[in-house]
Amino acid sequence: MKHVLSALVQDQPGVLVRVAGMFTRRGFNIESLAVGRTHIDGYSRMTVVVSGDHSVVEQVIKQLRKILEVVSVQLLSDSPSVTRGMALLKVNAGERRSEVLKLAEVFRANVVDISEPTVTLEITGDDEKIRAFTELMAPFGIAEMVSTGQIGLKRGSATIYQFRECGYYEQNVL
Amino acid sequence: MRLSGAAIIVECLKEQGVDTVFGYPGGAILPLYDALLAAPILHVLTAHEQGAAHAADGYARASGKVGVCIATSGPGATNLVTGLAAAFMDSVPVVAITGQVPTSLLGRDAFQEVDITGITMPITKHNFIVKDVKRLAEILRYAFKIASSGRPGPVLVDVPRDVQTAHAEFTPAVPSEESNAPVPAAQAQALAQAAAAISQAERPLIVVGGGAVTAGASREIRTLAEKCRIPVVSTLMGLGAFPASHELFLGMTGMHGSKPANNAVHAADVIIAVGSRFSDRVTGDRQRYTQGKILIHIDVDPAEIHKNVDTHLGLVGNTPAIIAELAAACKAKNLAGWQAMLEKWRNEASFVYREDTLNAPWIMRHIAAQTADGSYVYVTDVGQHQMWAAQHLAIEAPRTWLTSGGLGAMGFGLPAAVGAQFGVPDKRVIHFAGDGGFKMTGAELYTAANHDLPIISIIINNNCLGMIRQLQHVFFDRRYTACALKPVDFTAFAGAFGIKAMVASSPDEFAQAFALALKTTGPVVIVANIATDDLVTPMTVPGTGVNQFVSIP
Repeated sequence: MKHVLSALVQDQPGVLVRVAGMFTRRGFNIESLAVGRTHIDGYSRMTVVVSGDHSVVEQVIKQLRKILEVVSVQLLSDSPSVTRGMALLKVNAGERRSEVLKLAEVFRANVVDISEPTVTLEITGDDEKIRAFTELMAPFGIAEMVSTGQIGLKRGSATIYQFRECGYYEQNVL
Repeated sequence: MRLSGAAIIVECLKEQGVDTVFGYPGGAILPLYDALLAAPILHVLTAHEQGAAHAADGYARASGKVGVCIATSGPGATNLVTGLAAAFMDSVPVVAITGQVPTSLLGRDAFQEVDITGITMPITKHNFIVKDVKRLAEILRYAFKIASSGRPGPVLVDVPRDVQTAHAEFTPAVPSEESNAPVPAAQAQALAQAAAAISQAERPLIVVGGGAVTAGASREIRTLAEKCRIPVVSTLMGLGAFPASHELFLGMTGMHGSKPANNAVHAADVIIAVGSRFSDRVTGDRQRYTQGKILIHIDVDPAEIHKNVDTHLGLVGNTPAIIAELAAACKAKNLAGWQAMLEKWRNEASFVYREDTLNAPWIMRHIAAQTADGSYVYVTDVGQHQMWAAQHLAIEAPRTWLTSGGLGAMGFGLPAAVGAQFGVPDKRVIHFAGDGGFKMTGAELYTAANHDLPIISIIINNNCLGMIRQLQHVFFDRRYTACALKPVDFTAFAGAFGIKAMVASSPDEFAQAFALALKTTGPVVIVANIATDDLVTPMTVPGTGVNQFVSIP
């Protein structure tokens, strides 16, 4: 089973290594990990997709909370939430360019570059949508592809800041 | 006031009440050594940086204070690694300060440069590299707080050479006292459920782990045990949290646990585990361990609950307070049936101490008897002698039993004994090692001799790596390999440091040597020659039930 976790972290050097290292060391399976800045300086937010049963996720959350730079951890997948990822696909469209473009339109994928033999498409969506689109493009021949990890937020007015157990970095000492 | 980074480090150490540091100098840490020269802090020069790390660890385990070690960049820092890992596995508060190449050379593979924060990330509670002298004081204070609060652990602070020589404004600060957090109200329900489960239990049992020692929960555990007449077993790390001489104590549980203790764990219907992380050496088969029983797990670290075994009730936080509340809420019950079972196992397992030849169980019992009335700290290395000591020394008080439990680092013993002797100078340290482990860090006799430490080192000498030989004996069909050790003249070795050494090959000789050792005031070594083929019993097979004892061929 897949779970989506969101962690608010202090933007310190090495925080990504610390989090990623914890996952490898403890044998947790990460499907994707995305990191980026937030609207508040000095904080980053990580979205992690992990697979495992409920006890695994509970242990992942606890181990994340032990990392000093981790300010707050929120489980997104236990209640309605939005998750999105992005992918860029360079498709060998060749003479079938119009077919590719039609399919892209259906999936609301944007054309970001066109060359003689290829079309480069940008698609945004949840994991399943990106996978479905990738499968549709495969027969045309995918020259190369790159994708981001999933990022997500809870629906409604709830935020990760309401889940903060500790006011600031200094007190987040287990 | 405006101070250099090195002076700021010294000021921060003084602020934290540090009186002793263990270290080894090198180029990148020399500014700090220069500042230490005038400081009211004793610097103990060890023979090797690993010794400094283990010594800081032993100092912390014995005294309850934060241990401090110092090393230079590169090899100095990497030599700390085993010591930091040992402290991490056993949750010991240590602050390691390492020198680093100047910030301008970082990442250029400079002379004696290693990424020590990268290397020690998984074996420290946290670590820092300080690139701005203005943040140095704040980070050091924070390092001490992290090391000592909650579940303690080692913290490494890497300080580049130019940060030690740069200047910054320093404002003295008094470290804030740890407040004893009350039991969170959210746990009231779990606490009531736990108290009900204990009150209704037919076969309750308390398991004390290292966390019980660290949390200082001995008194509360004793109150709970005595009020409800609950028997107590201890893990290797928990020894001393509950007095071994107490009528409710059943001994050590685990791979080399006593039969009464392991049988009790298997048969119990309610287990109250205090500060144990349920290591594989304690549980054997993790699934089987909790089958058919209610497990109440009390720990300061929430991540320990459900980590290794399925817990029914987890109580997290201030351990003594939780146990005190449990004790107040629990009702005593007639446990005559349970007590009769335990009594039967106890009688079946009564140990016969052989006196015909010198053997480790007899040595341990002899030392326990000879030192029962005094203030002693017992420090072991790792291997057969460690298990014999755990089984037969009968540890009475917390922080008087120091052993590398989690990491199982051979070579831990002597440097940890050195650190412990500095940490509790009013107690005398008795150190045990095998001939194998003693050869690893025996050079720390140099440190013991330099400071005329009254450590009694007992080398249980069987001319082999005993635990390796035992595992090969039991699990590899007696195909002994790489475990035979050529005899070493340990008296000559000790003599090289100016330390008196005696050899004992019979119980009489040992008794004489030990009596003499007790009369000496400085370091002394006793080489106790025992048979090569002595085995540690009882023994369970790793990964099986705790009551599945091996019959050794």
